[in-house]
Amino acid sequence: MRKFLALISLAFIAWGVALSLSKAPFGEDKIVVGKHYLEKGTEETGAANIVTSVVVIYRGFDTLGEVTVLFIAALGLGAVLYTRRRSSERIEPSSLVLRTGCRFLFPLILLFGAYIFIHGHLTPGGGFQGGAIVASGFLLIYLGCPERRTQELRLGATESLGGLAFVVLGLVGLAVGGYFLTNFLPKGTFNSLISAGVIPLIYVAIGFKVGSELAGIMGNLMERTK
Amino acid sequence: MVETALVVMMLVGAIVASAFRDLLNAVVAAAFVSLIAAILFYFLQAPDVAMAEASIGAALTTAIFVVAIRRTRRQEE
Repeated sequence: MRKFLALISLAFIAWGVALSLSKAPFGEDKIVVGKHYLEKGTEETGAANIVTSVVVIYRGFDTLGEVTVLFIAALGLGAVLYTRRRSSERIEPSSLVLRTGCRFLFPLILLFGAYIFIHGHLTPGGGFQGGAIVASGFLLIYLGCPERRTQELRLGATESLGGLAFVVLGLVGLAVGGYFLTNFLPKGTFNSLISAGVIPLIYVAIGFKVGSELAGIMGNLMERTK
Repeated sequence: MVETALVVMMLVGAIVASAFRDLLNAVVAAAFVSLIAAILFYFLQAPDVAMAEASIGAALTTAIFVVAIRRTRRQEE
């Protein structure tokens, strides 16, 4: 009986999805907004990567919302998993090869993540991707060198400063240009590192924020497994 | 042609991930699905999404799942 009901509700949902998607134009010419982004995006924002110009400039407020969602998720996880006592039992150190390998790779991974979020307006990638790569570097340290600890206070401070920088840049735009997250800095030379106004600054802030948040989530989980 | 093969591999990975009783194997299969999805995103000219999928979907999510399995039971009932 339950399986029968499940089948019926599944068929009902499939019918609804098919009905709502049958009108959507797949593979046809772009709609007005997409056309505008593709044709005017580069000259309006000065960013070579159009995806970045949409994420940070045209839809900057949505990005602020996304960052807030991630912050709340990290906060909830920290509240659930927080332990006052730390490392009561002695941690067994890992082997020399593993430890040396991790120490060698960790700065390179951090450098790669920083490269991705600093060059977000020129090449694919940006704050979220670079931050995730930075966090995977911290994951390597947690797995390979369990005796090394990140300092949660510093992680939290980095995260807060990143979020604060994003909001302050948006508010300065509001004061200078009349609306939140205005691109108030000069656009500079197209396709060079210092260009596209506030986009690199915002992406660096997002990169720091996302990286420290995900690293904090990893740290919380790993602390509990010890 | 390559895309078709990738989609078939991805479907097999997804079915296998839901069929496994051993949760660790299921997590590895889910990471495989994420990896193929990242390659497909790259073929569809969305390198930004591909990067996010590869780093978050294939790496960080898998690590979180593995830690969660280590804290709980490995076998599904």
